[in-house]
Amino acid sequence: MTHDETIIDIKNLTTKMGGTFVHKNLNLSVKRGEVLGVVGGSGTGKTTLMREILDLTEPVSGSIRVFGHEITTATPKVLLEIQRRWGVLFQSNALFSSLTLLENVMFPLKEHTTLNADSMRDLAILKILMAGLPLDAAYKYPAELSGGMQKRGGLARAIVLDPELIFLDEPTAGLDPNTAAGFDELILNLQSTMGLTIVMVTHDLDSLWKVTNRVAFLGNGVVLGVEPMASLIKNPNPLIQEFFGGQRGRAAEQGYRAD
Amino acid sequence: MTAQSAIQYDSNTKQLVLRGNWEIGNLSHLQSMLASISLPEKGDISFNGESISKMDSAGAWLILQLQNKLAQKGIQVKEIHFSEQASKLIAIVNEKLEEKTESLEIKKPNMFAIVGYNSITQLNELLSFLAFIGKLTSEAMRLILYPSHWRWGSLSSVIYRTGFQGLPIIALLSFLIGVVLTYQMGLQLRNYGANIFIVDLLGLSVLREFAPLITAIMVSGRTGSAYTASIGMMKLNQEIDALDTMGVTPAELLLIPRIMGLFITLPLLTMWSDIFGVFGGMVMSNNMLGISWYDFLHRFPQTVPLRSFIIGIGKAPVFALIIASIGCFQGMQVKNSAESVGQNTTRSVVLAIFFIIVADAIFSVMFSKMKL
Repeated sequence: MTHDETIIDIKNLTTKMGGTFVHKNLNLSVKRGEVLGVVGGSGTGKTTLMREILDLTEPVSGSIRVFGHEITTATPKVLLEIQRRWGVLFQSNALFSSLTLLENVMFPLKEHTTLNADSMRDLAILKILMAGLPLDAAYKYPAELSGGMQKRGGLARAIVLDPELIFLDEPTAGLDPNTAAGFDELILNLQSTMGLTIVMVTHDLDSLWKVTNRVAFLGNGVVLGVEPMASLIKNPNPLIQEFFGGQRGRAAEQGYRAD
Repeated sequence: MTAQSAIQYDSNTKQLVLRGNWEIGNLSHLQSMLASISLPEKGDISFNGESISKMDSAGAWLILQLQNKLAQKGIQVKEIHFSEQASKLIAIVNEKLEEKTESLEIKKPNMFAIVGYNSITQLNELLSFLAFIGKLTSEAMRLILYPSHWRWGSLSSVIYRTGFQGLPIIALLSFLIGVVLTYQMGLQLRNYGANIFIVDLLGLSVLREFAPLITAIMVSGRTGSAYTASIGMMKLNQEIDALDTMGVTPAELLLIPRIMGLFITLPLLTMWSDIFGVFGGMVMSNNMLGISWYDFLHRFPQTVPLRSFIIGIGKAPVFALIIASIGCFQGMQVKNSAESVGQNTTRSVVLAIFFIIVADAIFSVMFSKMKL
């Protein structure tokens, strides 16, 4: 599935927040069709990096190219083109609380397509089912859904326009291990059927082992290593060793190896 | 573009040839194109997907929808020359669509059901408001015995925010009301040469009615809404639940200080409003009616009884209780969503102003019966 086409290309990115450097000349590229995990300790700017790619936060300097377009200087028109081609699942789902799940999922369709109402509804329901939710969840408000269902709902909204690129911010945070494992399966499943490229910020070691093709490790304001999990944990960098060397890191590794 | 993404039916080979982009951006175009194609009424046909360049799940859905429509007419469809990935996608979408056995339609309730539902909701809200007041009262009773639980810090910050920070706007507004009243009444009085009576009229109307009402309305917009929004956000954020689990009742820390604080500040603000209302009138009488400062101030205590002032100030604590209790109650009623914070804040202000005016009317009737 992995092609050599680069879908996101970040060069010399520098970000300052509250007077301190978050990123210093950070470089990273994402290839079409891969699942890239982004990890790092707290405060290493994982979420900031994602926000910058999404044009929600402005970097101090550097270049971010998505689908070959420079994000930092994109005109609204170009940006809109790009925005139609990606989907985002935020950490807190960001489902609109005043709309039902179905209306939430239909929202991008209403904004970006000229389909008739019935088609929109059917497509939205299809995506809700693909996200592994029961049909009756469609007519509920986000507040009436459990945490795991809200995540799935957020994912359904992120994939409704059949994007090429999906960003997941801590998709399994706050889910019980069972639901988290199910969510990992779901991501893999969608990735293989829809040919998605996925950028996933996560702390969940199990997800990292199971879902990602490559993992970018952020630390000291740069990417310390971009490798598949199996080789990343052998990286001699002390920060990486500290991160994966703990008991939980080893447990996740063994569990994965045992599979 | 049209030549590429066309859907073509070849009646010789009984093939529907699909070409080009079967993606969501193209979907409405494909739909309209499908509608214009005449398909046979019987016999089997095959879909040829050989020249589909790109397909996503929306395209797969459209193909399946067409298949189902044909299947209802008894026409069997065979898919030929679809790429492996496309067939996989179609299979997965199909699997999901089969889960959706019956379409869920929400029944719209009829008019009677809506009226009934609304009445019950209103009634329930009234009941829970009474329960809220009852709970607050019992909390307050409990707290009286334990002065160590009185939250002086919260109380003083409430007084600072609702009282002190409100001084400038209340002063300005009352001054303008005094000016406007004097101007309107002065025009009439001047016709009769009864200029000096402006002091009586202005004193009575400002002290008895305008100052308490304007202040209360202003405060319910400034403070009542702030109470609802801040308590509502705390509720959404589960801060209220957190307090409860730590053995601190929200009433003790959040509600009673707010209500007590406003109970203290609103009469003071009313007094402040009295001063500036009369001052505004005085400036205007001086300019327009030629009444000197000395004459105005000399006549004022002679014709405006202390009773008027006390009646005006006396209403303020009642208004304060109305504003603060409705503001806090609506805040505690916030449920689940950001939308709800907005709705309850609106309700809080509208209800507070409504009940202030109702209470004022009741006071007027009461005082006139008592000949005050």
